[in-house]
Amino acid sequence: MTRIWEVFRQERKGQAFQHAGSIEAPDERFAEWYAREQYGRRGESTALWVVPREAVHEIHDFVDELKRNYHRVDGYPLKEKLKEARERAAVTAKNAAHFPRS
Amino acid sequence: MSRAELLLQIADDELILGWRDSEWTGIAPFLEEDVAFSSIAQNEIGHARALYELAARDLGTTADELAFDRAPEEYRCAQLVELRLPSWEHTIARHHLYEEADAIRLGRLKQSDDAELAGLAAKIDREEVYHRMHAQMWFDRLEAEPRFTAALEELRPLSAALLDSQLRDGHTSELAPLWEEMTMVRRSIPAARW
Repeated sequence: MTRIWEVFRQERKGQAFQHAGSIEAPDERFAEWYAREQYGRRGESTALWVVPREAVHEIHDFVDELKRNYHRVDGYPLKEKLKEARERAAVTAKNAAHFPRS
Repeated sequence: MSRAELLLQIADDELILGWRDSEWTGIAPFLEEDVAFSSIAQNEIGHARALYELAARDLGTTADELAFDRAPEEYRCAQLVELRLPSWEHTIARHHLYEEADAIRLGRLKQSDDAELAGLAAKIDREEVYHRMHAQMWFDRLEAEPRFTAALEELRPLSAALLDSQLRDGHTSELAPLWEEMTMVRRSIPAARW
Protein backbone atom coordinates (compact mmCIF):
# COMPACT_ATOMS: atom_id res chain seq x y z
CA MET A 1 0.00 0.00 0.00
CA THR A 2 1.93 2.96 -1.21
CA ARG A 3 1.41 6.51 -0.03
CA ILE A 4 2.24 9.90 -1.39
CA TRP A 5 4.62 12.19 0.45
CA GLU A 6 5.31 15.81 -0.36
CA VAL A 7 8.89 17.03 -0.09
CA PHE A 8 9.85 20.61 0.74
CA ARG A 9 13.43 21.79 0.52
CA GLN A 10 15.37 24.63 2.05
CA GLU A 11 17.97 26.10 -0.27
CA ARG A 12 19.94 27.95 2.41
CA LYS A 13 19.65 28.16 6.15
CA GLY A 14 17.05 30.72 7.14
CA GLN A 15 15.17 30.62 3.85
CA ALA A 16 11.60 29.46 3.48
CA PHE A 17 11.02 25.84 2.57
CA GLN A 18 9.71 25.38 -0.95
CA HIS A 19 7.82 22.51 -2.46
CA ALA A 20 10.22 20.33 -4.40
CA GLY A 21 8.10 17.39 -5.50
CA SER A 22 6.47 14.22 -4.34
CA ILE A 23 7.47 10.67 -3.58
CA GLU A 24 5.69 7.34 -3.42
CA ALA A 25 6.68 5.18 -0.46
CA PRO A 26 4.97 2.65 1.79
CA ASP A 27 6.11 4.24 5.05
CA GLU A 28 8.10 7.03 6.65
CA ARG A 29 11.41 5.17 6.53
CA PHE A 30 11.23 4.57 2.80
CA ALA A 31 9.93 8.11 2.29
CA GLU A 32 12.92 9.57 4.08
CA TRP A 33 15.39 7.41 2.15
CA TYR A 34 13.85 8.30 -1.19
CA ALA A 35 13.64 12.00 -0.26
CA ARG A 36 17.37 12.04 0.48
CA GLU A 37 18.00 10.29 -2.82
CA GLN A 38 15.76 12.48 -5.01
CA TYR A 39 16.29 15.85 -3.35
CA GLY A 40 19.49 15.65 -1.35
CA ARG A 41 22.00 13.59 -3.26
CA ARG A 42 23.88 16.53 -4.73
CA GLY A 43 24.00 18.67 -1.62
CA GLU A 44 21.46 21.02 -3.13
CA SER A 45 19.50 21.59 0.07
CA THR A 46 20.36 22.38 3.67
CA ALA A 47 17.21 20.68 4.89
CA LEU A 48 14.12 18.77 3.76
CA TRP A 49 10.62 18.38 5.10
CA VAL A 50 8.93 15.11 4.22
CA VAL A 51 5.20 15.26 4.82
CA PRO A 52 2.45 12.73 4.15
CA ARG A 53 0.07 14.14 1.54
CA GLU A 54 -2.85 13.69 4.00
CA ALA A 55 -1.18 16.18 6.34
CA VAL A 56 -1.34 18.87 3.68
CA HIS A 57 -4.70 20.69 3.77
CA GLU A 58 -5.51 22.46 0.54
CA ILE A 59 -7.61 25.59 0.47
CA HIS A 60 -8.95 26.83 -2.88
CA ASP A 61 -12.04 28.82 -2.10
CA PHE A 62 -11.96 32.25 -0.59
CA VAL A 63 -15.05 34.24 0.31
CA ASP A 64 -15.35 37.77 -1.06
CA GLU A 65 -19.10 38.40 -1.14
CA LEU A 66 -18.89 42.14 -0.64
CA LYS A 67 -16.11 42.55 -3.18
CA ARG A 68 -13.81 44.36 -0.78
CA ASN A 69 -11.34 45.29 -3.42
CA TYR A 70 -9.49 47.60 -1.04
CA HIS A 71 -8.18 44.42 0.67
CA ARG A 72 -6.51 43.40 -2.53
CA VAL A 73 -3.36 44.62 -4.20
CA ASP A 74 -5.29 45.38 -7.36
CA GLY A 75 -8.01 47.19 -5.35
CA TYR A 76 -6.87 50.64 -6.36
CA PRO A 77 -6.21 51.70 -9.93
CA LEU A 78 -2.48 51.80 -9.21
CA LYS A 79 -1.37 51.50 -12.80
CA GLU A 80 -3.23 54.65 -13.70
CA LYS A 81 -1.85 56.64 -10.79
CA LEU A 82 1.70 55.50 -11.53
CA LYS A 83 1.35 56.55 -15.16
CA GLU A 84 0.16 60.01 -14.13
CA ALA A 85 2.97 60.32 -11.57
CA ARG A 86 5.60 59.40 -14.16
CA GLU A 87 4.24 61.99 -16.58
CA ARG A 88 4.38 64.67 -13.91
CA ALA A 89 7.95 63.65 -13.04
CA ALA A 90 9.01 63.80 -16.70
CA VAL A 91 7.72 67.38 -16.98
CA THR A 92 9.56 68.37 -13.79
CA ALA A 93 12.82 66.85 -15.01
CA LYS A 94 12.55 68.74 -18.29
CA ASN A 95 12.12 72.00 -16.41
CA ALA A 96 14.95 71.19 -13.97
CA ALA A 97 17.39 70.63 -16.84
CA HIS A 98 17.64 74.40 -17.23
CA PHE A 99 18.93 74.64 -13.67
CA PRO A 100 22.03 72.39 -13.33
CA ARG A 101 22.96 71.25 -9.81
CA SER A 102 25.83 73.15 -8.25
CA MET B 1 48.07 -11.40 1.87
CA SER B 2 49.46 -8.25 0.32
CA ARG B 3 47.55 -5.00 0.49
CA ALA B 4 47.04 -5.06 -3.27
CA GLU B 5 45.54 -8.54 -3.10
CA LEU B 6 43.06 -7.50 -0.42
CA LEU B 7 42.19 -4.31 -2.30
CA LEU B 8 41.52 -6.26 -5.48
CA GLN B 9 39.14 -8.62 -3.69
CA ILE B 10 37.05 -5.75 -2.39
CA ALA B 11 37.33 -3.66 -5.57
CA ASP B 12 36.29 -6.61 -7.73
CA ASP B 13 33.34 -7.30 -5.41
CA GLU B 14 32.21 -3.68 -5.66
CA LEU B 15 32.70 -3.42 -9.42
CA ILE B 16 30.84 -6.62 -10.27
CA LEU B 17 28.07 -5.99 -7.74
CA GLY B 18 27.80 -2.43 -9.07
CA TRP B 19 27.33 -3.86 -12.53
CA ARG B 20 24.60 -6.25 -11.35
CA ASP B 21 22.83 -3.54 -9.36
CA SER B 22 22.88 -1.21 -12.37
CA GLU B 23 21.00 -3.84 -14.38
CA TRP B 24 17.85 -2.86 -12.47
CA THR B 25 17.77 0.61 -14.01
CA GLY B 26 14.43 0.90 -15.75
CA ILE B 27 13.09 -2.49 -14.68
CA ALA B 28 12.85 -2.24 -10.91
CA PRO B 29 9.38 -2.83 -9.38
CA PHE B 30 8.79 0.93 -9.19
CA LEU B 31 10.45 4.21 -10.16
CA GLU B 32 11.89 5.04 -6.76
CA GLU B 33 13.84 1.80 -6.82
CA ASP B 34 15.05 2.38 -10.40
CA VAL B 35 16.67 5.50 -9.00
CA ALA B 36 17.77 3.91 -5.72
CA PHE B 37 19.57 0.99 -7.33
CA SER B 38 21.16 3.17 -10.00
CA SER B 39 22.47 5.38 -7.27
CA ILE B 40 23.75 2.48 -5.17
CA ALA B 41 25.41 0.97 -8.24
CA GLN B 42 27.09 4.27 -9.03
CA ASN B 43 28.43 4.48 -5.48
CA GLU B 44 29.74 0.93 -5.63
CA ILE B 45 31.60 1.57 -8.85
CA GLY B 46 33.00 4.73 -7.30
CA HIS B 47 34.25 2.68 -4.37
CA ALA B 48 35.78 0.17 -6.78
CA ARG B 49 37.58 3.00 -8.55
CA ALA B 50 39.07 4.36 -5.34
CA LEU B 51 40.19 0.88 -4.31
CA TYR B 52 41.68 0.17 -7.75
CA GLU B 53 43.58 3.47 -7.59
CA LEU B 54 45.25 2.43 -4.36
CA ALA B 55 46.02 -1.07 -5.63
CA ALA B 56 47.33 0.36 -8.90
CA ARG B 57 49.97 2.35 -7.06
CA ASP B 58 51.14 -0.77 -5.25
CA LEU B 59 51.21 -2.78 -8.49
CA GLY B 60 52.66 -0.13 -10.79
CA THR B 61 49.65 0.02 -13.09
CA THR B 62 46.46 2.04 -13.54
CA ALA B 63 42.96 1.67 -12.12
CA ASP B 64 41.48 1.20 -15.60
CA GLU B 65 43.87 -1.61 -16.41
CA LEU B 66 43.00 -3.38 -13.19
CA ALA B 67 39.27 -2.89 -13.68
CA PHE B 68 39.08 -3.97 -17.32
CA ASP B 69 42.25 -5.51 -18.68
CA ARG B 70 42.45 -8.69 -16.66
CA ALA B 71 40.95 -11.96 -17.87
CA PRO B 72 37.81 -13.12 -16.04
CA GLU B 73 39.77 -15.81 -14.16
CA GLU B 74 42.02 -13.15 -12.70
CA TYR B 75 39.26 -11.29 -10.89
CA ARG B 76 39.10 -11.87 -7.16
CA CYS B 77 35.39 -11.29 -6.62
CA ALA B 78 33.25 -13.62 -4.55
CA GLN B 79 30.76 -15.75 -6.48
CA LEU B 80 27.79 -14.12 -4.77
CA VAL B 81 28.24 -10.84 -6.66
CA GLU B 82 28.59 -12.49 -10.07
CA LEU B 83 25.10 -13.93 -10.17
CA ARG B 84 22.55 -12.32 -12.39
CA LEU B 85 19.48 -12.25 -10.17
CA PRO B 86 16.49 -10.92 -12.12
CA SER B 87 14.23 -11.60 -9.16
CA TRP B 88 13.57 -8.82 -6.68
CA GLU B 89 13.58 -11.06 -3.61
CA HIS B 90 16.96 -12.52 -4.60
CA THR B 91 18.40 -9.11 -5.32
CA ILE B 92 17.27 -7.76 -1.95
CA ALA B 93 18.51 -10.92 -0.24
CA ARG B 94 21.95 -10.45 -1.80
CA HIS B 95 21.86 -6.73 -0.97
CA HIS B 96 21.19 -7.60 2.67
CA LEU B 97 23.88 -10.32 2.87
CA TYR B 98 26.46 -8.18 1.11
CA GLU B 99 25.88 -5.05 3.20
CA GLU B 100 26.02 -7.11 6.39
CA ALA B 101 29.38 -8.64 5.47
CA ASP B 102 30.77 -5.43 4.02
CA ALA B 103 30.01 -3.58 7.26
CA ILE B 104 32.18 -6.08 9.13
CA ARG B 105 34.89 -5.91 6.46
CA LEU B 106 35.03 -2.14 6.45
CA GLY B 107 34.90 -2.06 10.23
CA ARG B 108 38.07 -4.17 10.34
CA LEU B 109 39.83 -2.07 7.71
CA LYS B 110 39.06 1.13 9.58
CA GLN B 111 41.15 -0.30 12.44
CA SER B 112 44.11 -1.01 10.18
CA ASP B 113 47.56 0.37 11.01
CA ASP B 114 47.82 1.24 7.34
CA ALA B 115 46.64 4.86 7.39
CA GLU B 116 45.75 4.96 3.69
CA LEU B 117 43.70 1.81 3.92
CA ALA B 118 41.97 2.91 7.12
CA GLY B 119 41.25 6.33 5.64
CA LEU B 120 39.73 4.96 2.46
CA ALA B 121 37.69 2.42 4.42
CA ALA B 122 36.30 5.21 6.60
CA LYS B 123 35.33 7.28 3.56
CA ILE B 124 33.61 4.34 1.87
CA ASP B 125 31.90 3.38 5.12
CA ARG B 126 30.27 6.81 5.44
CA GLU B 127 28.54 6.30 2.10
CA GLU B 128 27.69 2.69 2.89
CA VAL B 129 25.57 3.90 5.82
CA TYR B 130 22.86 4.75 3.28
CA HIS B 131 23.20 1.43 1.48
CA ARG B 132 22.81 -0.37 4.79
CA MET B 133 19.76 1.74 5.64
CA HIS B 134 18.22 0.77 2.31
CA ALA B 135 18.99 -2.92 2.74
CA GLN B 136 17.62 -2.88 6.29
CA MET B 137 14.43 -1.10 5.25
CA TRP B 138 13.76 -3.76 2.64
CA PHE B 139 14.74 -6.62 4.92
CA ASP B 140 12.28 -5.42 7.58
CA ARG B 141 9.58 -5.10 4.98
CA LEU B 142 10.10 -8.53 3.38
CA GLU B 143 11.36 -10.71 6.23
CA ALA B 144 7.99 -12.38 6.75
CA GLU B 145 7.57 -13.15 3.05
CA PRO B 146 8.25 -16.84 2.22
CA ARG B 147 9.79 -16.00 -1.19
CA PHE B 148 12.26 -13.70 0.48
CA THR B 149 13.28 -16.02 3.28
CA ALA B 150 13.77 -18.81 0.73
CA ALA B 151 15.99 -16.59 -1.40
CA LEU B 152 17.98 -15.55 1.67
CA GLU B 153 18.67 -19.15 2.67
CA GLU B 154 19.56 -20.03 -0.90
CA LEU B 155 22.19 -17.28 -1.12
CA ARG B 156 23.47 -17.31 2.45
CA PRO B 157 26.11 -20.04 1.88
CA LEU B 158 27.76 -17.83 -0.76
CA SER B 159 28.10 -14.90 1.61
CA ALA B 160 30.80 -16.62 3.68
CA ALA B 161 33.37 -15.96 0.94
CA LEU B 162 32.91 -12.22 1.39
CA LEU B 163 34.82 -12.35 4.64
CA ASP B 164 36.92 -15.47 4.07
CA SER B 165 39.42 -15.25 1.21
CA GLN B 166 40.07 -18.98 1.30
CA LEU B 167 36.54 -19.54 0.05
CA ARG B 168 37.20 -17.46 -3.04
CA ASP B 169 38.24 -20.25 -5.37
CA GLY B 170 37.03 -19.94 -8.90
CA HIS B 171 34.10 -18.24 -10.50
CA THR B 172 30.62 -19.09 -11.68
CA SER B 173 29.89 -19.39 -15.40
CA GLU B 174 28.15 -16.00 -15.15
CA LEU B 175 31.30 -13.92 -14.75
CA ALA B 176 32.66 -14.43 -18.26
CA PRO B 177 29.54 -13.14 -20.11
CA LEU B 178 29.39 -10.18 -17.69
CA TRP B 179 33.05 -9.43 -18.39
CA GLU B 180 32.41 -9.66 -22.16
CA GLU B 181 29.75 -6.99 -21.98
CA MET B 182 31.56 -4.84 -19.44
CA THR B 183 34.83 -4.71 -21.39
CA MET B 184 33.35 -4.72 -24.90
CA VAL B 185 33.86 -1.04 -25.60
CA ARG B 186 37.32 -0.94 -24.08
CA ARG B 187 38.44 -3.99 -26.04
CA SER B 188 36.96 -2.68 -29.28
CA ILE B 189 39.89 -0.33 -29.76
CA PRO B 190 42.88 -1.55 -27.75
CA ALA B 191 44.98 1.17 -26.14
CA ALA B 192 42.49 3.88 -27.16
CA ARG B 193 42.58 7.24 -25.46
CA TRP B 194 39.13 8.69 -24.69
